[in-house]
Amino acid sequence: MSGSAFPVQGAGRGIASPGLALLALLIGLFLAAFLVIPVVTVIFVAFQPKGSTGFTLINFVDFFSTDLFRRSFWNSAYVSLMSVVIASLLALPLAYYTTRFEFRGAALVQTLGVIPLIMPPFAGAVAMQLLFGRNGTVNLLLDDWFGFKVPFMEGLNGVIFVEAVHYFPFILVNLSTSLRNIDRAMEEAAQNLGCSGFRLFRRIVFPLAMPGYVAGASLVFIKVFDDLATPLLLNVKDMLAPQAYLRITSVGLADPMGYVISVVLIVASLLAMWLSTLALRGKDYATVQRGGGGTVKRPLRGIDRVLAYGAITVVLVLVLAPHVGLFLLSIATIWSFAPLPDGYTAAHYARVLSESGQYITNTLIYAGLAGLIDVVIGSAIAYLVLRTGMPAGRWLDYVATAALAVPGVVLGIGFLRTYFGVTLPSGQSLAAFWGMIVLALAIRRLPYALRACMAAMQQISVSLEEAAQNLGATRSRTVRRIVMPLMLSGVAAGFVTSFATAAVELSATMMLVQTQSDAPLAYGLYVFMQSPAGRGAGAALGVIAVVIVGLSTYVSNRLVERDMAARSEAKE
Amino acid sequence: MISRRVALAAAALSVALAGAAHGQAPSGKVTVVTSFSKEVTDPFKAAFEKAFPGTTLEVQNRNTNAGVKFIEETKSNNGVDLFWASAPDAFEVLKAKGLLEAYKPKADGIPDKIGHFPINDPQGFYSGFAASGYGIMWNDRYVKANKLPEPKEWEDLATAPYFDHVSMAAPSRSGTTHLTIEAILQSAGWEKGWGIVKAFSGNLRGVTERSFGVPDAVNSGQVGYGIVIDFFGFSAQGAGFPVKFVYPSLSTIVPANIGVVKNAPNAAGAKAFVDFILSEPGQAILFDPKIRRLPVRTASYAKAPAGLPNPFEFKWLADPKSKFDVEKSEKRFAAVDALYDQLVTFQHEALKAATKAIHDADAAIARKPSPEASRLVAEARALVARMPVSEAEAASPEMAAAFTGGKEKGPRQAELEQKWAAYAKENYAAALAKAQAAQQAAK
Repeated sequence: MSGSAFPVQGAGRGIASPGLALLALLIGLFLAAFLVIPVVTVIFVAFQPKGSTGFTLINFVDFFSTDLFRRSFWNSAYVSLMSVVIASLLALPLAYYTTRFEFRGAALVQTLGVIPLIMPPFAGAVAMQLLFGRNGTVNLLLDDWFGFKVPFMEGLNGVIFVEAVHYFPFILVNLSTSLRNIDRAMEEAAQNLGCSGFRLFRRIVFPLAMPGYVAGASLVFIKVFDDLATPLLLNVKDMLAPQAYLRITSVGLADPMGYVISVVLIVASLLAMWLSTLALRGKDYATVQRGGGGTVKRPLRGIDRVLAYGAITVVLVLVLAPHVGLFLLSIATIWSFAPLPDGYTAAHYARVLSESGQYITNTLIYAGLAGLIDVVIGSAIAYLVLRTGMPAGRWLDYVATAALAVPGVVLGIGFLRTYFGVTLPSGQSLAAFWGMIVLALAIRRLPYALRACMAAMQQISVSLEEAAQNLGATRSRTVRRIVMPLMLSGVAAGFVTSFATAAVELSATMMLVQTQSDAPLAYGLYVFMQSPAGRGAGAALGVIAVVIVGLSTYVSNRLVERDMAARSEAKE
Repeated sequence: MISRRVALAAAALSVALAGAAHGQAPSGKVTVVTSFSKEVTDPFKAAFEKAFPGTTLEVQNRNTNAGVKFIEETKSNNGVDLFWASAPDAFEVLKAKGLLEAYKPKADGIPDKIGHFPINDPQGFYSGFAASGYGIMWNDRYVKANKLPEPKEWEDLATAPYFDHVSMAAPSRSGTTHLTIEAILQSAGWEKGWGIVKAFSGNLRGVTERSFGVPDAVNSGQVGYGIVIDFFGFSAQGAGFPVKFVYPSLSTIVPANIGVVKNAPNAAGAKAFVDFILSEPGQAILFDPKIRRLPVRTASYAKAPAGLPNPFEFKWLADPKSKFDVEKSEKRFAAVDALYDQLVTFQHEALKAATKAIHDADAAIARKPSPEASRLVAEARALVARMPVSEAEAASPEMAAAFTGGKEKGPRQAELEQKWAAYAKENYAAALAKAQAAQQAAK
């Protein structure tokens, strides 16, 4: 670390060139067209008296004078904070051991660690209940053997448990990337000075990895704050996001309270984002040399080795349990009030594979394109914010992040409202064009990629770029030859999170799918899961989704590792 | 099999002839927005496309609310021909917004009413194609393992053994549950009806937000009993789950419907599909083990599978108590939903605590009778049952305006809700105290 007296905001502040201004403008237009305008067409209702036009804040007064909403607000804040704590405990050992030590199967552990993020809607929920529910496998066995049950899935603590298991990969992915990017010379220097073990981690490694940790932790916080599926699955309704969803989908589009809650959610998310940038402000996390160039990974010996593998096994078993349950469900004949299914069959897979090939192709195309759009825009915004000091950059960051707090159903309705009247040359409505599903997914998952790109760029020392520019390289050449290669692993992490989560998105997709042939996998899964006979088939489709997304993640993790290895060799 | 094929061919021929008479044989893509699962739509799609070569049925699955909203948002450039769903109120919404087209199907053998409920919309904007009743389904393994009884009536669900074993969807989330609650309110009366509803609601394990969440939880054994629409029970049996189903005597049978959307791009195809599902072969598809719905065509029951009831033979349907007043229901629709949410869904912990204490007090009295304790328990029950609004208030125009944003000056929805929630919280706390006092008195 080149000393905290060197504020990163000041670094690289230059005069915005016309090219950069144009870039900012284009991104601004994109966000305006596909995020701000569609959302505003829906949520302006929050500022109107019910059933008439005009401007009022009375709805916000009502919000704060209603017990239920106040209780929901505090519950949401509490659950989000606790989820960050538990998720950090799950993610830290996985990230630290796999990046800092000679660890067999590091790529595999990293991949398995991302899988909880790919929890297919409904199917994942059913599988969780079958394992951890009141009469799930674990509790039925506990009751049988010891005569008691553990309420894993009850109340706010149940929400915290499920959310932490589901979203801890945000911290894992971002923290691992940060850890890989730290110059190992820092650790070596500390070790030479006699520092080791937990002290080394606490004083040197973790502080240097802060950008990644904060990026992940703030994502977990906001995501949990805005998540409605998990609380609803556990029948917890007094939290904010479920309240917004319940109001909008049951009381109706004309009811202002649902949108008031949405506005509160958006504001709270931005506040959390702003606090997390404050936490990093005034410190420099950049190191001149990238991680690959330092010492080799440390070996694990004796008891440490046992402990490390033990801790990782425990975490993996816990976080992968829902997917084991999903797999069992997909090969089960009937599974009802029993620790294990009554019988096993491959019929569900046969049925899904014969009926759903189209869903799988569509998902790969949609989520892949959305992920690409996200990393391109994410790196561009990160560059504008961290390297040009253009105020517009910050604003783009805030607006893009706000997407996290926009309920999917609001975005979906907004898209329909804004674009349904627009017809394509073929006579088809623009909103019915499959590309709109890609754009909706890209907008919804942009914050993930953005945080990853931001963390990656924060760790690159600006002196490298200055050196290149002093040697006569143009700005665009510097970006191409210096910044982009150094950011690669961060960008890959961003792509993986965006892609993986886009592949199982449902709430906005549900409004936008117009024909079966354009439908993605999550929609097919929803269709299956609506009937008792479709449960197994839905689970089979869920398993296929997990395998596909898992494989893609594994491949991109391997690519990053190979790239890092190649670069270390080149330097030696 | 052969007879079915012949019947299909005959139906195809007759409808084709009818179509030819109109000079418009159905062809091309027929787009239907539906809340029904693949198990329901796939057999209809296959049979329809076979009966009318050259047509394809494009099925868009959306839940009922999303489907209504979709049709509303896309009316400027409508691409949907049909709306096909259970809840009659969803069709009422579409009809009120002028999004449906009137069509009188060419079908015979379908009576005007089932019990007291009209099968088709009197103005012809939508038609009933299957009858659905509401009742209680339960997981046999769960019930046996926990040594629980088998229920017969709604009131059974309010008794002590059922505490924490029952599940139901919120009426504001599920049109079918709304009808169940409304049917109980109409047959038992406002005050007594709410008493029944709140008493069994205190026994609920949870109020779910998805109608399908209830049968799902019963099928997998997470809860013992579910308050559901009949075909959830029958189709779960058809899929092999260890579940049973019963109709309580205070129930109602209402039709599941289909309607042609206004400005349908393929109106001829849409009408052909409506005629098809009301025809003999179309109605026979409802008996598929994975569908198990009750046809509206009375003659179809001659070929019904064993175990499926014929609702036209239900005696209680003729009972004047099961008369269902659609107009009354519509007037207080939003109020009933909001009342349930504020008094039960969002105060469920307090309601459950009071209910548990009442059950415990009853048990104490059974061990050691005490008139003082009995009086206290009765007071606790009355406190739980108390309603913040009368029947007349719930149906008043001021109340409707609070929910729809109409012109009448009255309290805002948020104010009403806060008031009701506070009222419920206070009464449940008082009921809890009385029930606990009763336990003391019976010690």
